[in-house]
Amino acid sequence: MRTCLVVDDSRVIRKVARRVLEDVGYEIAEAADGMEALAWCRAAMPDAILLDWNMPVMSGIEFLRRLRAEPDGERPVVVFCTVENDLAHINEALEAGANEYIMKPFDGDIIIEKFTEAGL
Amino acid sequence: MNAEEVALVVSVCRARAGLKVAPDKTYLIESRLSPVARSHGFDSISELLDAVRTRREEPLIWAIVEAMAAGETSFFRDRAPFQYFRDALIPQLARSSPGRSVKIWSAACATGQEIYSLAMLVEDMASEEGAPRIELAASDLSRVALERAQGGLYNQFEVQRGLPIRLLARHFEKTDDQWRLKPNIRQRVRWRRINLVAGLQAIGRFDVVLCRNVLVNMTEEAQRKVLSELAHVVSTDGYLVLGLKETPQGLGEAFRPAGGLAGLYRRNPAFRVAA
Repeated sequence: MRTCLVVDDSRVIRKVARRVLEDVGYEIAEAADGMEALAWCRAAMPDAILLDWNMPVMSGIEFLRRLRAEPDGERPVVVFCTVENDLAHINEALEAGANEYIMKPFDGDIIIEKFTEAGL
Repeated sequence: MNAEEVALVVSVCRARAGLKVAPDKTYLIESRLSPVARSHGFDSISELLDAVRTRREEPLIWAIVEAMAAGETSFFRDRAPFQYFRDALIPQLARSSPGRSVKIWSAACATGQEIYSLAMLVEDMASEEGAPRIELAASDLSRVALERAQGGLYNQFEVQRGLPIRLLARHFEKTDDQWRLKPNIRQRVRWRRINLVAGLQAIGRFDVVLCRNVLVNMTEEAQRKVLSELAHVVSTDGYLVLGLKETPQGLGEAFRPAGGLAGLYRRNPAFRVAA
């Protein structure tokens, strides 16, 4: 079974994303910030990561840069899911190694579509 | 809406654009015509249709037809046709006609996402060595849709449907809460208002005609008429692209499956002789 780590400080967003992704066969793990997500990845690298930008302790972009420097850290497909909806943020995410980008608000169909777009 | 009003909408749409409007889908008719009634200053759809019946004003009639014809669209819809275009169809057409442009027409472009998907693909191919010259044309029945398409302005929901983020970053600019295609993409497309059932003799010839998920909303008579005319628009070695699961009336007479991609057809040479 494919695994996805949902990283968001909002419990509601994590719950919504979990429901959507479990429906298409993902096993879900959750983290509330980048540091917690990094610990998850070091323990068991997921196939995909749905990633918020603004979070306490460690932001999504900081997490992504650190993830890509980890052994096997290039492997997960990373899809940002954030309220940051300007080109500067999008380009910064792509340069840091993001595969796709969802601008909130979103619906379940967009998550599925973006995961497909990212080759999942 | 009463049965008489529904019948008026059905008959106007069939007569003007060959549209097949199901009389039992009153919710669809009402949802499409409520904004038309409001924008023309009527308090209700009944008042709008009463005006159509008594005054026979062309702008009102066309506002109804255009609203009922509006179809769903998105960037890179169905994905596979665009991959096939880039990897197989465009290179093959360029090889078979060296020295001249490959001409592509989106026959019912709605708000432009289909033809702009091709325009982005073509723009990205243009930087490759030996890239073919490609001319893009687009048309629609609806003036409103064409105006939107020419503006190349889309909301956040629309740019998240089918459009890879790298293409958004490369080919769009943010304007307030909207996203606008850059001028180099918009300027690749020539636009015209065309009613497919009104005759296509003056449209010219194209190597590829996209008419995806359009005929499915037309009457069988209109499907036959449009397909027989498209057979003269598609060049001898050219292709017609329909929706992945479309099988309109008259298809087998005018076109033959080309293989390689669902919905891809070549002109039937025998049909040309018969016509």
